[in-house]
Amino acid sequence: MEKCGDKGPIGLNELKQGQRARIERVLAQGDLKLKLTELGFFAGEPVQKTLVSPLGDPAAYLVRGSITAIRNADAALVRVLPTERQGV
Amino acid sequence: MGLTSSSSGRGALREKIAADNKDGLPVVALAGNPNVGKSTVFNALTGLKQHTGNWSGKTVSLASGRGKKRDLVFVDLPGCRSLSPASLEESIARDALIRGEYSAVIAVVNASGLEASLALALQVLALTSRAVICLNLIDEAEKHGTRIDVRLLSKRLGVPVIPCTARSGRGLGALEKAVREVIARPESGGNAAYRAFLPPVDGGEAAERAAIACLEECSRVLDGAIKTENVEKRSLTERLDRAAVGKYTAFPVMFLLLMLVFYITLIGANYPSELLYSLFSRLETLVFRALCAVNAAPWLRDALVFGMLRTVFRVVSVMLPPMAIFFPLFTLAEDLGYLPRAAFCLDRCFRACGSCGKQALTVSMGFGCNAAGVVGCRIIENRSERISAMLTNSLVPCNGRFPLLITLVSVFLFKSALGASPLVSAAALAGLICFAVAVTLGTTKILSKTLFRGESSPFLMELPPYRPPKLVPLIIRSVLDRTLRLLVRAVAVAAPAGLVIYAAANIPAGGGTLLSSFCALLDAPARFFGLDGTILAAFILALPANEIVLPVILMAYTGGGALGEAMGGAELLSLLQSNGWTLKTACSVMIFTLFHWPCSTTLLTVKKEAGGVKWMLLAFLVPTVVGLVLIAVMNGIWSFFAPGMY
Repeated sequence: MEKCGDKGPIGLNELKQGQRARIERVLAQGDLKLKLTELGFFAGEPVQKTLVSPLGDPAAYLVRGSITAIRNADAALVRVLPTERQGV
Repeated sequence: MGLTSSSSGRGALREKIAADNKDGLPVVALAGNPNVGKSTVFNALTGLKQHTGNWSGKTVSLASGRGKKRDLVFVDLPGCRSLSPASLEESIARDALIRGEYSAVIAVVNASGLEASLALALQVLALTSRAVICLNLIDEAEKHGTRIDVRLLSKRLGVPVIPCTARSGRGLGALEKAVREVIARPESGGNAAYRAFLPPVDGGEAAERAAIACLEECSRVLDGAIKTENVEKRSLTERLDRAAVGKYTAFPVMFLLLMLVFYITLIGANYPSELLYSLFSRLETLVFRALCAVNAAPWLRDALVFGMLRTVFRVVSVMLPPMAIFFPLFTLAEDLGYLPRAAFCLDRCFRACGSCGKQALTVSMGFGCNAAGVVGCRIIENRSERISAMLTNSLVPCNGRFPLLITLVSVFLFKSALGASPLVSAAALAGLICFAVAVTLGTTKILSKTLFRGESSPFLMELPPYRPPKLVPLIIRSVLDRTLRLLVRAVAVAAPAGLVIYAAANIPAGGGTLLSSFCALLDAPARFFGLDGTILAAFILALPANEIVLPVILMAYTGGGALGEAMGGAELLSLLQSNGWTLKTACSVMIFTLFHWPCSTTLLTVKKEAGGVKWMLLAFLVPTVVGLVLIAVMNGIWSFFAPGMY
């Protein structure tokens, strides 16, 4: 996994609730990667973290008009660059 | 997640259609993502009682039906993301489309989520030119300020695009008209430029590239054809989600909703149960007189009336009202979109035990009926997680076991009459249910460390917006789909069971009856677990339907030859106490009621769904072992801390 510096891409799970970002790359493999791709999680797509489950994991993300719940461990494999500083 | 028909798998489409299509009518297939309202469109077109749900993977079996004008046959293909052959549902849809077993295809897309749902439509267009795009949920999109240029879309895609709202019937006439026009046209083989979007059979990177190309083409097609006026108002879904998945509110909301469902079920079922009971008593007398009038042999007459008929009536009057209330409530939560949120909130707990949040849904389904819960496990993608969820489903009590639990709680713990205040019963039940859920989690954990070791599958679940359901069809569907199906099965097993029990209680053997000898035989092993032979015998005889455990126990204690009348609380307490019941016995029976072998219907369902007798045997053994271990533990604790207390 990449090291996340201040300006480098971070894991999707590290976004704050409501925060928007752009997907840089998807480090997932195999079945998970294909499923994520079909849902619209691939490089260049805008994404927003919309909901966090009460126990902190999983969280839900808005991509291409639909909201998908992803566990944090899997979401960490989707590297994003935040386009907003703060969440809503 | 209803108990829909059994046909699934490849090749099923042709057989299924043949049944509905003896006249060789044109066949129209409906394809679409999960959550785009495809099944609602199908229901609106056919008027069929097919269940539609608000989460992924609903239609695993195929539904088909004739259109309202009786000149078209519609087939509801399984909802899928793409035409990749990866999963069972998707391969059914793919095979059906590629083999061209249709005269036209309706590609159902979600007007308020076109960027994602149009992808499947493009793949359909790659295969056929005889397609119509149904822009469903157009009302929802308009409410969110989305304006769609339908003409431009239609021009770019080369097929008719029809805006619809299946729920209210808007646009359905135009949709059917467009389908007829498309059928009249010659097939020109689909859009060659879209061929590249079809996922390759071997998956891998090529499949990812195809998926990306397809979604990017969606964006191009939609560019300029879709305008969203910025409505920065918080949508209803966002506001509801603040409570439904809020950090501090989520679990209280979930618990209160569960309590509410049980409360409504309990008080709502009381009166109709009594009504059915007295109605059936009269019916029983009538049948008895009729049989006397035709001079039926007395043994046959008594066996039929007091054995078979009485057992069937007892099961129906106890089981039907709560199910007829519970299932519509459950379906309501499902159609509203609350259940995926519950799975979202609970995923963490279930993951810690080697499962996923979707199991929470099958567990809550199990409260209604464990057989239905087992069928519901289809929504869990990972095979070992799915089978583990099936084996543990009967660890939560179904409607058939609630009455026994409530009776024992109110008679022994509250020393009150049968059917104590519904609020007290509901609270006591909620306590038992929390215990049962904890045991389910524990058992799942043990199974995941022993039988089902391995990686857990990724958990990706769509959270659709909340949608107001249509109440009348909802009630009709849930009663027809779930309640009646289960009732038919229950009657089918209760009738022969009634005969067997009657025979056992009346055929003399070894100084008593067959039943009393059977009870005596079981006595020694049963006592070891704090039960007695009669209780164990009753649980064995009640394998077809748990509703008759208590009636059989009472029949055996009173030495009667048939199931007796219902008893008052004090009378029941003294009868049980005179047969050696203590508080400890009652607790053992309660634990055994929660955790023992599931009913025969559930066992057969596990065999069918998991695909093997092996799993059926495990479904029998797992809860039984759990129950016996827990009873032994309870007895141990009891004699250690309170040896003198009974």
